[in-house]
Amino acid sequence: MLSLVTFLPLVGALVIAIGVHRNPDRARYAALMVSLVTFVLSLLLLHGFDSDSHAFQFLEERPWLPAFGLHYRMGVDGISLPFVLLTTFLTPICILSSWESVQKHVKEYMIAFLALETFVVGVFCALDFIVFYILWEAMLIPMFLIIGVWGGPNRIYAAMKFFLYTLAGSVLMLIAVLALGIEGGTFSIPKLMEHPFSLSFQMWVFLGFFVSFSVKVPMWPVHTWLPDAHVEAPTAGSVILAGILLKMGAYGFLRFSIPMLPDASREFVPLIFGLSLMAIVYTALVALMQKDLKKLIAYSSVSHMGFVTMGLFTFNQQGVEGGILQMINHGIVAGALFLLVGVVYDRLHTREIVKFGGLVQRMPIYAFIFMVFTMASVGLPGTNGFVGEFLILLGAFLASKAVAVVAASGVVLGAAYMLWMYKRVVFGEIRNPEVSVLADVNRRELVAFAPLIALVLWIGFYPKPFLDIFHTSVQHLLEQAKVVKVGALALK
Amino acid sequence: MSANQLIVLTPLMGSLVAGLLAGRIGKGGAIGATIVGMLISAILSIRVFMEVAVGNAPTIQEEVFSWIVSGQFTVHFGILIDRITAIMLIVVSGISTLIHIYSIGYMEEDPDQPRFFSYLSLFTFAMLTLVTADNFLQLFFGWEGVGLASYLLIGFWYKKESACNAAIKAFLVNRVGDFGFALGIFTIFLIFGTLDYTQVFQMAANGEFKQMMDFPLLGQVPTITLICLLLFIGAMGKSAQFFLHTWLPDAMEGPTPVSALIHAATMVTAGVFMVCRASPLFELSPTALEVVTVVGAVTALFAASVGLVQNDIKKVIAYSTCSQLGYMFFAAGVSAYAASMFHLMTHAFFKALLFLSAGAVIHAMHHEQDMRRMGGLAKKIPMTYAVMMIGTLALTGFPFLAGFYSKDAILESAYAAHSMVGIFAWSMGMLAAVLTTFYSFRLVFMTFHGQPADQHTYHHAHEAPWSMRGPLVVLAVGAVFAGVVGVPMIEKQWFREAIFLAPGHDALENSHHVPGWVKWLPFAAFLLGLATAWMMYMRLTQLPGILAETFRRTHRFLVNAWYFDRLYDWMFVQMAKKIGEGLWRTGDETIIDGYGVNGAAANCARIAGWLRSIQSGYVYHYAFVMVIGVLVLVTVYT
Repeated sequence: MLSLVTFLPLVGALVIAIGVHRNPDRARYAALMVSLVTFVLSLLLLHGFDSDSHAFQFLEERPWLPAFGLHYRMGVDGISLPFVLLTTFLTPICILSSWESVQKHVKEYMIAFLALETFVVGVFCALDFIVFYILWEAMLIPMFLIIGVWGGPNRIYAAMKFFLYTLAGSVLMLIAVLALGIEGGTFSIPKLMEHPFSLSFQMWVFLGFFVSFSVKVPMWPVHTWLPDAHVEAPTAGSVILAGILLKMGAYGFLRFSIPMLPDASREFVPLIFGLSLMAIVYTALVALMQKDLKKLIAYSSVSHMGFVTMGLFTFNQQGVEGGILQMINHGIVAGALFLLVGVVYDRLHTREIVKFGGLVQRMPIYAFIFMVFTMASVGLPGTNGFVGEFLILLGAFLASKAVAVVAASGVVLGAAYMLWMYKRVVFGEIRNPEVSVLADVNRRELVAFAPLIALVLWIGFYPKPFLDIFHTSVQHLLEQAKVVKVGALALK
Repeated sequence: MSANQLIVLTPLMGSLVAGLLAGRIGKGGAIGATIVGMLISAILSIRVFMEVAVGNAPTIQEEVFSWIVSGQFTVHFGILIDRITAIMLIVVSGISTLIHIYSIGYMEEDPDQPRFFSYLSLFTFAMLTLVTADNFLQLFFGWEGVGLASYLLIGFWYKKESACNAAIKAFLVNRVGDFGFALGIFTIFLIFGTLDYTQVFQMAANGEFKQMMDFPLLGQVPTITLICLLLFIGAMGKSAQFFLHTWLPDAMEGPTPVSALIHAATMVTAGVFMVCRASPLFELSPTALEVVTVVGAVTALFAASVGLVQNDIKKVIAYSTCSQLGYMFFAAGVSAYAASMFHLMTHAFFKALLFLSAGAVIHAMHHEQDMRRMGGLAKKIPMTYAVMMIGTLALTGFPFLAGFYSKDAILESAYAAHSMVGIFAWSMGMLAAVLTTFYSFRLVFMTFHGQPADQHTYHHAHEAPWSMRGPLVVLAVGAVFAGVVGVPMIEKQWFREAIFLAPGHDALENSHHVPGWVKWLPFAAFLLGLATAWMMYMRLTQLPGILAETFRRTHRFLVNAWYFDRLYDWMFVQMAKKIGEGLWRTGDETIIDGYGVNGAAANCARIAGWLRSIQSGYVYHYAFVMVIGVLVLVTVYT
């Protein structure tokens, strides 16, 4: 089942590659169908998932290269399942949003997207470190291509920056993975979670992971690839980048660093908190001054991910759950915001804030949708952003009051840059003559936004079903993190 | 779904119908939907008010659905109706209904009516959620919800740059307050392990909590004082108190019905409501109460002083609101919560009346708001003049009108508190009372008396349509009788368990026994203010100009509202922009990317270039290096 969800998009990509010739519409429909079927299948996963258990479910295990101790192991728990769903949910929306904006190499574009979906879902399901690592690296290739081929004018620089930045991080992760595997005698992730490692060993491995994950999140100060990548990426590329790929780093912390290296994780809390606060405040201030819409949202992503990393390392239920929820929220909201930029970019071919103004006069529905996501980004109660941010700040407050106080000030700054941007883009008089002939969002665009809006309000008013998915798993995670490993005691 | 839940929900339904279906059901349908929603809500509010506040029904408490559950942290949406809430329900749904009706006429020519009514109803929904909350997080939900509606309505005329800026300013200043409020909520959860009013207040009363706690920069602080002060920061933002007041005058950019509903009668009183609601906490912290008293008293005087010199008719009333909210706070600060709630209610009537009358004036003058261009309107619009006069007399505490009862109760309580801050608040309040009468009558004289300044608009001035005049009459009746009818509120124990008083905090009790001159002084203040205004604006009309010229600096100081805007703009707005620009250009582009990323890349390229030059491809180069190598090896190993 899990393999089906994971590899169906890849199979679809192969079918498109072989079966579809030169008819871009067929490629579009085929890709959309495949991604929708995948989404439905992933909903079946959710249906069959027992959220009262913290164990990995839908387990699959097959020897792969037993001579080298390599096994194909897959499974999901309450922490990874939401991300699988987020991925399968966002992919059809991405494909839908590229319907008209992508006109060259449509077939290859769809193949890249479906391949990306497979790799990403695979990363979230992998229970073997080698499988995980292969998929983790494989994921870079379609993303690199999406930016490098279908991106903006400066796409090569951005794609290279993205690729090298993450690759530099990955190298250290590979060393960390190998070290864990050799020390623990297996590459099975669930088994490694049970294995006690000595503190000094944990510290080194943690640092290896940290370099890789922090680039992916991205945390301050290794965030500078993100604005460039976003600005150059096509709309759907930005959506997937913000919605899914940015979650990889934080997921890594959750899946590996905290349960496998709990003592080191605790030791590094001050570092993580410090960098998270820098991200929250620093990038919010930088976002304030951005002139390019996409850059502004990219910087706001860094700021919001700062909340996430902070939440994960509070080591309490509220903070961690808030962190996970906020990752999902950010996927929805930042994704939607990039879609919104895409809508006007398709029409005006610019992203400069000064070129807009007065959009509401021509595009009232657009203005309304934009307002919903602006408020979600600002964290207004009733939207999903509030629930996540509130739980994180509450968790942070229980962990360290000073940290929570500084982080809460980021909420004020967040409102400042979002509202100011909104005002300059949507309100005011029309200054650009091109704006005065704009058409409002069309039906296809509306279809893409509708489920996102529904989720914003659903999670905002009734987050229980979402929180329930990972309650038990988070509890288990925190118990794991509490255990002081045998080796660590000896060292201390 | 119970009837009490419908009180909150019908405005939301109206709002959604008007906002989303306006295209289908048309302008009339949209307006009708919101008004029906409001009427149902108002009627049900009256019903529950009769049960709880007039009758003797016990406090109503209902749990609606669970909202956020995470570990030990659980919060639900609920409904709590005790006597404080009952009064707020009447004020909010009653005045909101009137203002919906008034807006039919006022907004008649606006093409965006459905959106306007949708926002108004959305606001009402949020405000009702706020006042019916049974826990601090739902309170916060409503609190931010009304903030959103306020933001949307201030910026309703989105083409105006100034309106958009005012909207953002209102949102951001409130966010600063909410920053404190949120921290207060976190602290409550940390200390009490719940956000439920009943449980928190119970534990507070029994002393079942940690008395002292650590807070960054402050060290060990008394827990309750910390909680109260953090909550009060939120109240200062929402209720436009000194330091966080700057958004309220700017909020007048919104349509006048909005100013009446949100920025006078209801939303801005949320802070006062919250302090009264949390009286079981505030009562345990004398320090917090003193801070509330001082801030309230300073605001009362400050705002009144600025109101003296404003020429925009709405700005005068806005500063007046700010000042009156100050009264309510210092009443709460001296533990006269009942007086505070009483004034909240009477103020809602006469201030909404004043704003709506001002709206009728503006309507008559074709959107002119500068009082210097008005004058002599009493003859043209006598009915508006009459209701405006009633509002003014009610505000200034003319005997037997609404403000007379509530304001006097506040001043007497402050006097009877027998504390330093009480006397301070009393003297500030008394001084502000003189100023209040002065600026109120200045407004009336400049607008309705004397000679018309602009003959053209004067000739076209006309009385408002009945949809506008109807609500004015209802509010005028309220402004006359709300005081007499409401007097039982300040009697002992009227609020029952809704308001908690610590032993010895009986300023309100004692206020009935203050010396006679204390009771009569407010009336003297009224006469003094009236006489001065009459002298300056009816008899010696050159005097204001001469005074402004003579005391130029003071005049500028007041006109610029003590220069708060300029200070904040420089301190926060420009500073944040500069820092943001600096971090971006220097931090990200020069240091991280310049030296870090691209620097590393450039270094790689340099080293690679150097390495490449070694691999020249010439055999004699390699031969040469090999010979050297062999020589080195031989030397080393022999």
